[in-house]
Amino acid sequence: MVGQHSVILMVVLPLLAAPVTALLPGGRSSWAIVMTVMALCLIMSLGILGDVISGSLIHYELGGWAPPWGIAYEIDGLNALMAVIISIVGTLVAIYAWYSVPADIPENKQPLFYAAYLLCFLGLLGMSMTGDIFNVFVFLEISSLATYALVGMGRNRQALTASFQYLILGTIGATFFLIGIGLAYAATGSLNMADLAIRLSESTHVQTIHTAFGFIFIGMALKAAVFPLHQWLPRAYTYAPITVSAFLAGTSTKVAAYVIARMVFTVFTPEYSRQTLFNELLMVLGAIAVIHGAVRSIGQTSIKPLLAWSSLSQIGYFMIGIGLLSATGLMATMIHIFNHALIKTTLFMAAGILLYQTGSLRIASLSGMGRHMPLTFAAIIIAGLSLIGVPGTVGFISKWYLVLAAVEQQAWWIVAVLVLGSAMAIIYVWKLIETLYFQPTTEPHDTGHIERTPALIIPTWTLAIACIYLGLDTGISVGAAEAAVNSLGLLSRP
Amino acid sequence: MSITGYIMWAMLTPLLGAVIISRLGRWPNMREAATLITATTLIGIIYRIYRRFQSGEAGELVVAEPIPGLSIAFSVEPLGMLFAIIASFLWLVTSIYAIGYMRGHHEKNQTRFFTTFAIAIAATMGIIFSDNLLTLFLFYELLTLSTYPLVVHSGTDKARHSGRVYLGVLMGTSIVLMLPAIIVIQTQTGTLDFTAGGIMADSVSPAWAITLYLLFILGIGKAAVMPLHKWLPAAMVAPTPVSALLHAVAVVKAGVFSILKVTLYIFGPDFITSTGADTWLIWLPATTILLASLIAMTCDNLKERLAYSTIGQLSYIVLGAVLANPTGLLGGSLHIAMHAFAKITLFFAAGAILVATHKTQVSQLNGLGRQMPFTFIFFAIGSASIIGLPPFGGMWSKWYLALGTVDAGQWAILAILMLSSLLNIIYLLAIPVRAFFPTTNHHISENIKEAPITCLIGMLIPSLICIYLFLNPEPFYSLARLAAQ
Repeated sequence: MVGQHSVILMVVLPLLAAPVTALLPGGRSSWAIVMTVMALCLIMSLGILGDVISGSLIHYELGGWAPPWGIAYEIDGLNALMAVIISIVGTLVAIYAWYSVPADIPENKQPLFYAAYLLCFLGLLGMSMTGDIFNVFVFLEISSLATYALVGMGRNRQALTASFQYLILGTIGATFFLIGIGLAYAATGSLNMADLAIRLSESTHVQTIHTAFGFIFIGMALKAAVFPLHQWLPRAYTYAPITVSAFLAGTSTKVAAYVIARMVFTVFTPEYSRQTLFNELLMVLGAIAVIHGAVRSIGQTSIKPLLAWSSLSQIGYFMIGIGLLSATGLMATMIHIFNHALIKTTLFMAAGILLYQTGSLRIASLSGMGRHMPLTFAAIIIAGLSLIGVPGTVGFISKWYLVLAAVEQQAWWIVAVLVLGSAMAIIYVWKLIETLYFQPTTEPHDTGHIERTPALIIPTWTLAIACIYLGLDTGISVGAAEAAVNSLGLLSRP
Repeated sequence: MSITGYIMWAMLTPLLGAVIISRLGRWPNMREAATLITATTLIGIIYRIYRRFQSGEAGELVVAEPIPGLSIAFSVEPLGMLFAIIASFLWLVTSIYAIGYMRGHHEKNQTRFFTTFAIAIAATMGIIFSDNLLTLFLFYELLTLSTYPLVVHSGTDKARHSGRVYLGVLMGTSIVLMLPAIIVIQTQTGTLDFTAGGIMADSVSPAWAITLYLLFILGIGKAAVMPLHKWLPAAMVAPTPVSALLHAVAVVKAGVFSILKVTLYIFGPDFITSTGADTWLIWLPATTILLASLIAMTCDNLKERLAYSTIGQLSYIVLGAVLANPTGLLGGSLHIAMHAFAKITLFFAAGAILVATHKTQVSQLNGLGRQMPFTFIFFAIGSASIIGLPPFGGMWSKWYLALGTVDAGQWAILAILMLSSLLNIIYLLAIPVRAFFPTTNHHISENIKEAPITCLIGMLIPSLICIYLFLNPEPFYSLARLAAQ
């Protein structure tokens, strides 16, 4: 009974819990609710992923209304993997929040924070699970509105301007997306993705479809922070509370990237992209993002913007993988989305521990701290090596598939970009490691014990260990990505 | 225990040793005892593997399979056996030497030093026993990372700068050049397993093969083929035992070892000669040999001179690989062993001079032979072995390398080899000569004494081996012969 309805429960449960949390008086009780909801969602998402990997597709009709009139949730490998990523990151960040939220957010705002956190979480889950394109828009708005509130709660007053900038751009993006949906509806009369896919290929309104596609892509690209629509992201990640940065870095842009993949592969079909040369555009934008993000990352003097720009570079990899329009390319993107979620969340969490210990995230003022905080530092090294793509870590697996996909199509310039991106990652990761460990301590800090706080170190290390373990045993990520590719009916790997 | 069990322990032992050493920081004597016990245990394990290997036992140890068809796997083959014997034995010798050196020189962070040293040996064992290119690449990177703390050990600005060069060149080349080559091979042949005779012959065109081989020669930056050699002199800021073991034995030999393995088991010597790669690419190591010798002559800093000498000698081995005929490969493989014992003697002597006199420049060594006779005698033995004079082991490897060039009909290369040997005499043997027979009447302060006893033992053992290997170059000769065929 629950098994069948777990798809919708994962969205409804946080939706019902959010107002309850907001009404509770204290932070700790709201935290307990968030934790319970997250844990339940994690269990359900893992169950769904297990079903999907074993080969079954899940089709759930809301209220029993058959599509294309009713809303249907279609779960294949692609969104099952997304749901798992969001739930894992959500749960671990929730554990982390036990310490970080009281440290960053005033007591009276904590229930609201948790309510926004739940809403953001459910919005992202909804976006990735629904099979209805208008439903995507609804959940996009839910998650975006919650995100603006979350970013605005940063310690620094600049958080407000960062949040406002994000709000303006996010709203423009959502509007573009809505216009695109409207045009697609005008051309086909349907909002269900599977149905749209059939009708779009039959439709004769070529101009309308082109315009619809353009609007939909630009709208989602804003949310995904694809170059050149990325301006909001570094500021939002930098000024948001560390809890929020960790959660967003692991989930938000990735869900948007997933939606782009879904549009390209399911709704508009790869042939459409190939005819319109859209895939070339994606690859060029992705390549620029990879290089540009890495260059800017190297130039940063503080940890959070460094990680944020590195995220932009990684989004470039997602776009390249989608743009290759092949089974391997899509697999590579999905695996990289999964792996990068682990890596970036680890890094933001570890950065948070440094912040709580020293009160600063400027790289220069953290010199030598790695020697006093070995647990945190080791987690940074593991995640940093994964970011570079050293074998034995998850980062290697995704880079491997990306390069494989590029080599398959003889796209040598892509191989060069990927390799260059990795080489630049060495520079910005090493800058961090060298300062943290090999430079003498310049500023006196308490060489205390904050890193021994279980609420901080357990989620950080769970992810760090996952970065290694899943780099050696790739059953989950590669299995799910393979299931995704198979369910989309793309040619399997040669 | 089966041979695969021993292989596993060959990697785990130094790693466990590292954990124990890191916990014993407060008791230096216990810590050093742990290092020595671990090193001795490792030799025992390698000996066991050698016995099993000789009796014909083979086996593959698969640890994980991250990507279908690509595994992290280990096995033994002759070349790896040869390198394993050298690396494990010299680790013990270096440890004895390092204890005297680090204490005599009052170095800081000794616990970190000995811990990372053990980790680096574990990574080297991983390279040695790797059964496919992916595993080799994994441990190749781990070796770079684990030796970085050793290079920047002193923590000065200069050390940090050198550390950046070290990491930048080694990781940069491996990711930018070697990794793409590995991936192309995987896509073209469908496998990365080391297979006798190579895996590429049927699936890659000659032009591609030459390109890929070039990517490997340059991408394996640890082999220090010019123009990617800068990291090696930079790494000389490290304490001398590090330069000795890592930059004369483990790290650089891991580089040339990888090139030999790629030549033998991925491309296959026959395939390389059939594509003509040997005639073109041979000029890379040949130029390096000549240039490195010329630069070494101009270096006044002793360790820097030794570093350039290492660069030249490494290219002898690369040359043997690129020649790709049985004699050349035999000479190259043998040179791994011969050069290791000779060069480690030289580095130990350089370190002993530094500890005893605090002198680093060649020009300051006039007349020191009277105060430090043993050190300079050992130095002369090491130099003679590197030059390739009888009665020292280094003669055999040069002999076969020269024969290899004759077999290939590369007369110009033969001339370069001979010329370089002459240059070796000038820049290496000149040093003990200067020490024993000073040209000017230099005033030497009387309170300079011979180096600490552990340093002397450290030098004595490898220099005796240099002589022994001339009389009986076993087991290295038979192992190299097995590998080359």
